[in-house]
Amino acid sequence: MALAQQSRLSLREWVKSGEPFIWFNAAAVTISTIAVVGLLLLLATRGLGHFWPGTVYQFKYSQQGVEPQHLLAELVESESVAIEQLQASGMQIDIKTPFVRRDLLKLGNRDLLGHDFSWVLHPWLSDTQQPVDAMVLERREWGNFYGYLRQIKQNGAVIADSKTDDGTVWQTLQKQLESASKLHDAIATIEKKEIGTINYKLDQLRLDARKLELNKASLTDTQIAVKQERFESERMGLQEKYKGLQSNLENLYQQAGRDSLVAETADGRSVEIPLAKIVHAYRPNAMNVFQKIHFYFAKLWEFLTAEPREANTEGGIFPAIFGTVAMVMIMSIIVTPFGVIAAVYLREYAKQGLVTRIVRIAVNNLAGVPSIVYGMFGLGFFVYFLGANIDHAFFAAALPAPTFGTPGLLWASLTLALLTLPVVIVATEEGLSRIPRSLREGSLALGATKAETLWRVVLPMASPAMMTGLILAVARAAGEVAPLMLVGVVKLAPALPVDGNFPFVHLDRKFMHLGFHIYDVGFQSPNVEAARPLVYATALLLVIIIALLNFSAVALRNHLREKYRALEM
Amino acid sequence: MSDAPPVKSHAINIAQLGRAQTHRSLDAEQMCLSVQNLDLFYGQKQALYNVCMEIPRQRVTAFIGPSGCGKSTLLRCFNRMNDLVDDCRIDGSILLDNANIYDRAVDVASLRRRVGMVFQKPNPFPKTIYENVAYGLRIQGVNKKRILDEVVERSLRSAALWDEVKDRLHDNALGMSGGQQQRLVIARTIAVEPEVVLLDEPASALDPISTLKIEELIYELKSKYTLIIVTHNMQQAARVSDYTAFMYMGKLIEFDSTDRLFTNPVQRQTEDYITGRYG
Repeated sequence: MALAQQSRLSLREWVKSGEPFIWFNAAAVTISTIAVVGLLLLLATRGLGHFWPGTVYQFKYSQQGVEPQHLLAELVESESVAIEQLQASGMQIDIKTPFVRRDLLKLGNRDLLGHDFSWVLHPWLSDTQQPVDAMVLERREWGNFYGYLRQIKQNGAVIADSKTDDGTVWQTLQKQLESASKLHDAIATIEKKEIGTINYKLDQLRLDARKLELNKASLTDTQIAVKQERFESERMGLQEKYKGLQSNLENLYQQAGRDSLVAETADGRSVEIPLAKIVHAYRPNAMNVFQKIHFYFAKLWEFLTAEPREANTEGGIFPAIFGTVAMVMIMSIIVTPFGVIAAVYLREYAKQGLVTRIVRIAVNNLAGVPSIVYGMFGLGFFVYFLGANIDHAFFAAALPAPTFGTPGLLWASLTLALLTLPVVIVATEEGLSRIPRSLREGSLALGATKAETLWRVVLPMASPAMMTGLILAVARAAGEVAPLMLVGVVKLAPALPVDGNFPFVHLDRKFMHLGFHIYDVGFQSPNVEAARPLVYATALLLVIIIALLNFSAVALRNHLREKYRALEM
Repeated sequence: MSDAPPVKSHAINIAQLGRAQTHRSLDAEQMCLSVQNLDLFYGQKQALYNVCMEIPRQRVTAFIGPSGCGKSTLLRCFNRMNDLVDDCRIDGSILLDNANIYDRAVDVASLRRRVGMVFQKPNPFPKTIYENVAYGLRIQGVNKKRILDEVVERSLRSAALWDEVKDRLHDNALGMSGGQQQRLVIARTIAVEPEVVLLDEPASALDPISTLKIEELIYELKSKYTLIIVTHNMQQAARVSDYTAFMYMGKLIEFDSTDRLFTNPVQRQTEDYITGRYG
C-alpha cells in the first residue's frame, strides 16, 4: 500500500517535472520527420530505379496446357498470390501450395505481343539465363524491344552479320546509330525550329493581311495596294524558303531510312527495325557497373531535358518543368506588388475601423476558398470575359480563332496570383505591424513625409515578411493542379511558352505542368505499368523543384533579415 | 550656466492658472519659440492645461517633472509629432519665429526639418552609418556625393563621433554601441540644419560615460541650435540647461533660469520636487 502510493506520487511528480511533454514533443517531431523522409524515400526508390539498366533474363515459360514459350524480359516486381484467387479467375493450376509467387515481367515488343508487361507464375519459369548478347532497343514508337542482334543492313544489303563476327556487328550498330540519331536531330531542328518559324511568320502575315482588310476604310487604295504587294512578296519569300527546307528534309529522311537492323526475338521470330526508329541500343548483361552508372545518368539527364514521347510514358518532361517554373515566376511577379500594395493600404493608410476589419476578414477567408473555385472564376472572368474582350480590341484579325480568349499561361498565372494573394497580404501586414514605431517617428522627425518614410524605411524593413508571404505563395501555387486544368494546362503542349519568335514570351500559349503531368501519366495513360515509375519520378521532381524555389526565396529572405535586423531590438 | 541672460523672474499662481499669462518678456531677437495658451486633449482626457512659455534662442531649456506630467507631450508639440496620435486635439498656438506652427498652411514636413528631434531610445535606421546621416538630405533630394560627404563628416564631427566611426562609415549603424547610436541620431538630426533640436530623455537608456558624452555634446551644440531637453534626472537638468521648466499634472508650474529655479524656487511644489519630497 505504502509502496503503491509512493509510485503514484512519483508518477505525479514525473508529470509535474514536465518530462512527459518533452517526450510528447520529441515523438511528434520524430513522427513528422519519419513521414517526410519516408515520403521522399518512397518517391526516390520507386522513381529513380526506373532509369537503371536492369538485367535481362531469358526464361522458358511452361504454362499449364499451353506450349512452352521462350521469354526475354526484365523482372519488374514479385508478389505472393493465393492459388484460389488465380483458379477463380479461370486459370488451370495444379500447384498444391496455398500461395504462389508471381512475377511481373517487362517483355517489351508491344508491336509483336500486343502488351509489354505480363504477370507469370514463378514455378512455371525454368531455364533462367542471363544471355550476354541480349539486346534492348529503346524505340521512338512501340516501347522497348528485347531480342538478339543478327544483322545490320544498308539499303537492303547486309553489311554486318552476327554469324560471321558478333563483335563487329555490335560496333557497327553503335556507329550507324550515332549517325542515325544525328540525322534525327537535324530533322527535328528543321521541322520544329526552322519550319516552325516560317509557319509562325506566315501566320503573322495572314493576320496582317486580315488586319488590312478590316481597316480598309481608313486607307487609300494605293496604300492598300502597296501593302498587299509587300505581303505577297514576303509570302513568296517564305514559301521559297519552305520549299528549300522541304527538299532538304526529304533528303535527310532518305538518308535516315537507309539503315536498318535485323533482330531475333526470344521465340525465334525475325524482325527488321529501321535505325531511325531507335533511340538507344544497349546490352545490359554485358555492361559493367561503371557503364551502367554512365547509362543511368544519361537516362536521368534525358528525363530532365527531353520532350515526352509515346503519350508521355517515355522520354523526358522538360516542357512540364519549364511550364511549372515559368508559371510560378509569372505568378510571383504579379502577386507580390498587388499583395504588398494592398497590405500597405490596409495597414498604413486605411482608417482602422469596421470596414477595414471586414476587408481583413474577407481577405483571410479568401485563403480558404477551394482552389477549383478559383479555377472556375479564372475561366469565367479572365478567359471568357477579359480574354474575349482583349481579342476583340487587339487581336480582331485572328478571330474567330481566339488568342487570349482561351486558357493559357497568362490566365493560369493570374488565377494562381489571385489564389495566393491573401497569403502575401497577411504576411506583409504582419511584417508592417512589427516595424517599431520609433523608426517611423525617427524618419518623420527628419522631415520625411509618410510616403517617404514608407518607401525608404518601412518597406525595406518589411521586405523579409513580404518574402515570407511569397515563399508561402510559391509553395501553394507550385503544387496546385485543379484550377490549372481549367485555365491553361494541357497534357501535351506543342511549343514552349518561350521561344525564338518575336515577342519571345508567349503568354497566350497553353503549357504543361508537373502536377498535371503526374495526374495525366498516372491515370490517363494507356500503359499503366510503363507509366508508374515515371509518376514517382515526376512527383519527386515536383517536390525538388518546389523545394528549390523555396530555398532560393528563403536564402533571399535571410539575406534581407540580416540586413534589416533592427526588428530584433 | 551663468551665461543665461537675466530674465524677470515670474511665478504663476496655481489658483490663477485659468488665465495664466507669461510675464516674462524676451525681445524677438532672443525668443525662439513661444507657447501661447496651449491645451492638449487625448480624446476626452486633457493632458496639457493652458501652457504659456517663451523659449530663448540658442540656449538649453530643460523640462523636468514627475512621470506623466506632460513634459514629453509638450515637447512633441513643437514638431507636431502629436499629429500622429489619432484622437489628439490641440488648442492654442506655438509660434516659431512669430509664425504659428499649427496654422493650416504650415507644411508639417518642412516644420520638422526646422525642429529636429532625438528620442529616448536610440533609433538609427538599419542602414549604414553614412546613409543614416545622409537620410535627411536625401529626403530633400540632395544626392550629390560631394555635398553628402561634406555634410556627413561635418555632422559626425559636431556629434563628436567622427573619430570613432570614420573608418567604418559603410558599416551597419546597428553594430554601434547604444551611446554611439544616440550620438549618431543627434548627428542625423543636425545634418539637416534645424533651428531647434528637441531631446526626449536622450540619455535615459545609456550608461554613465555615454551620458556624460551626450551632455558634453549638448553643451557644444547650444552655440548653434536652440535645444529643449526633457529629463527625469534633475542633476542632468542642472548640469546642462540654462533654463528649466517644472511641470506637474499637465501644468507648467514654474519656468525660470536654471540657477534660480534650483536655488530659489518660487513655488512650493517646485521646491518639494527638487528637494526630493515627491515625484
